[in-house]
Amino acid sequence: MSVIEMDGLRKEFTVRVKAGPLRREKRTVTAVDGVDLRVERGEMLGYIGPNGAGKSTTLKMLTGVLTPSAGRARVCGLRPVADRTRLALRIGVVFGQRSQLWWDLPLRDSFDLLRHVYRVPAGAHAARLARCRELLDLDGFLDIPVRQLSLGQRMRGELTAALLHGPEVLFLDEPTIGLDVVSKQAVRGFLAELGRAGDTTLVLTTHDLADIERLCRRLVVIDHGRVVHDGSIAELHRRYGSRRMVVAELDVALPEPPVLPGAPVQRVEADGRRLVFALERASVAEVVAGLAGLTTLRDISIVEPDIEEVVTRLYRAPAGGAASAVTGAP
Amino acid sequence: MGSVTATVAPPTGAHVTPWFRTFGAIAAAGFRRHATYRQAAVAGLCTNTVFGFLRCYIFLAAAGAAGTVAGYDRAQLATFVWAGQGLLAVIAIWGWTDLADRIRTGEVAADLLRPVHPVTSYLATDLGRAGFASLARLVPPLVVGPFFFAVYVPRHWATVPLFLLSALLAVVVCFGCRYLVNATAYWLQDVRGPMILWTLGSGVLAGLYFPLGFLPGPLEAVLRYATPFPSILQVPLDVLVEREPMSTGLTLVGVQAGWAVLLLALCRLVQRRAERRLVVQGG
Repeated sequence: MSVIEMDGLRKEFTVRVKAGPLRREKRTVTAVDGVDLRVERGEMLGYIGPNGAGKSTTLKMLTGVLTPSAGRARVCGLRPVADRTRLALRIGVVFGQRSQLWWDLPLRDSFDLLRHVYRVPAGAHAARLARCRELLDLDGFLDIPVRQLSLGQRMRGELTAALLHGPEVLFLDEPTIGLDVVSKQAVRGFLAELGRAGDTTLVLTTHDLADIERLCRRLVVIDHGRVVHDGSIAELHRRYGSRRMVVAELDVALPEPPVLPGAPVQRVEADGRRLVFALERASVAEVVAGLAGLTTLRDISIVEPDIEEVVTRLYRAPAGGAASAVTGAP
Repeated sequence: MGSVTATVAPPTGAHVTPWFRTFGAIAAAGFRRHATYRQAAVAGLCTNTVFGFLRCYIFLAAAGAAGTVAGYDRAQLATFVWAGQGLLAVIAIWGWTDLADRIRTGEVAADLLRPVHPVTSYLATDLGRAGFASLARLVPPLVVGPFFFAVYVPRHWATVPLFLLSALLAVVVCFGCRYLVNATAYWLQDVRGPMILWTLGSGVLAGLYFPLGFLPGPLEAVLRYATPFPSILQVPLDVLVEREPMSTGLTLVGVQAGWAVLLLALCRLVQRRAERRLVVQGG
């Protein structure tokens, strides 16, 4: 049995918009539009999409905060809304833009309170806290009230708070938002370690695609409330025609950009002394050999496909076009 | 990493002792949270004391040369005022918008993600807050008042425990009312309107602006038994000054308990209805 199941999950909101000096009209906005998904135990799933795509709404429905308008959801075999209190014992949630810690209390007191709230045996709590203290380097600010913590410190506290009761599923909604590079690395490293253990399912929404590349083997892209891609990052590149690039630095510019079979020139830079080839059918060796016959090479570098570029293309696709992508059409 | 992850079976079933332990831990945290704001407590105490003098002189003037008004003698009026000034902070009759603020900002989502019902969690926190206020805000006016006015000392030994029970129930009833006023934010987002109505209504009908005994008898009776407001302030103060016989005091505390149960049930009902239409915007 999958640890997360969604069948035709849908959420509509009613908004009132001004339609005249004294008149307001009700409009229905569909935030999530029939999402079907299965997530297996131990999986690390990246759940991405542009602003307003329905990512956070999906997470809120899966955690029992929001009631779906239609469809069915099960997490750990429980109905998120009807069984919310029981489900809370089995999941952990981190909302990057909200806090589950007590603002006025030191982090240490918040953790102690969570032990009672989740009724965790003292031994298990102490062991998990000790591990988190080590991995997330919490000791320097455990006795500081949460309201005085920096964003990076608070986020490390939030992660710990979400894990102290040993959840089976961890939902992370933009956990690296606003963090500096060092804090991001700490959070990513911690989550990667968590994923390696393999007994916690992790669902991650983020706008920082480096989080996804580092942590998730499976990527689900949602747009206009619909899933437009469900597969690995490599599959996403294949589907959208992402290519590796070869950047060749020449001693002397060629009079015309060379024509190499299977590797068209993408860009000509530095007055013709830098050529960027896209690898379509040709290999790196063939490009290098082709160029070596024409001119003297100073340097060669290979640029891997950029996930940001392909996701940008995906986000910019019209709603219908993007939706067709889930079936495999680029 | 195994020690951080899902290795311990989550507890299941509702056991009474762990429930009380959880409730106690949340209440203790509530005490600690409010104990951090000591300067605010001192400022509030000064304000209450100043108003204590004002109210006391006004009520004593109302008693006039006869020395009694609405069934209170001068000593009972002084106790009514000074105990009332302290009790105001214990019940936190005004100014509590925590829930409404969290609904407006979406932070309420974090409350819903905990394995404790929000009403239970907020009640436990409020009782912890009231515990701190009892020490920091109730005791000082009770000490200051007798230095300047002749106050009434209860004649029956049972009055003090009955007052403490009544004060505890007053906190619960007041919490229930405040929770319901705050919960209108689920529908309205902005609770300034309901809050103004609550501030005015509770001040008049709970016996803060004047003891309800100043009102005509039938109106006072209707307010006492048919509305929760007197249970917030008037009842515990009347119990303390022994305005009524002990049997009536017991009845009034029973009515308080009834309102406490009814309001908590209503809070849970409203919470359940609100969650169905909850919108948490912006990530």
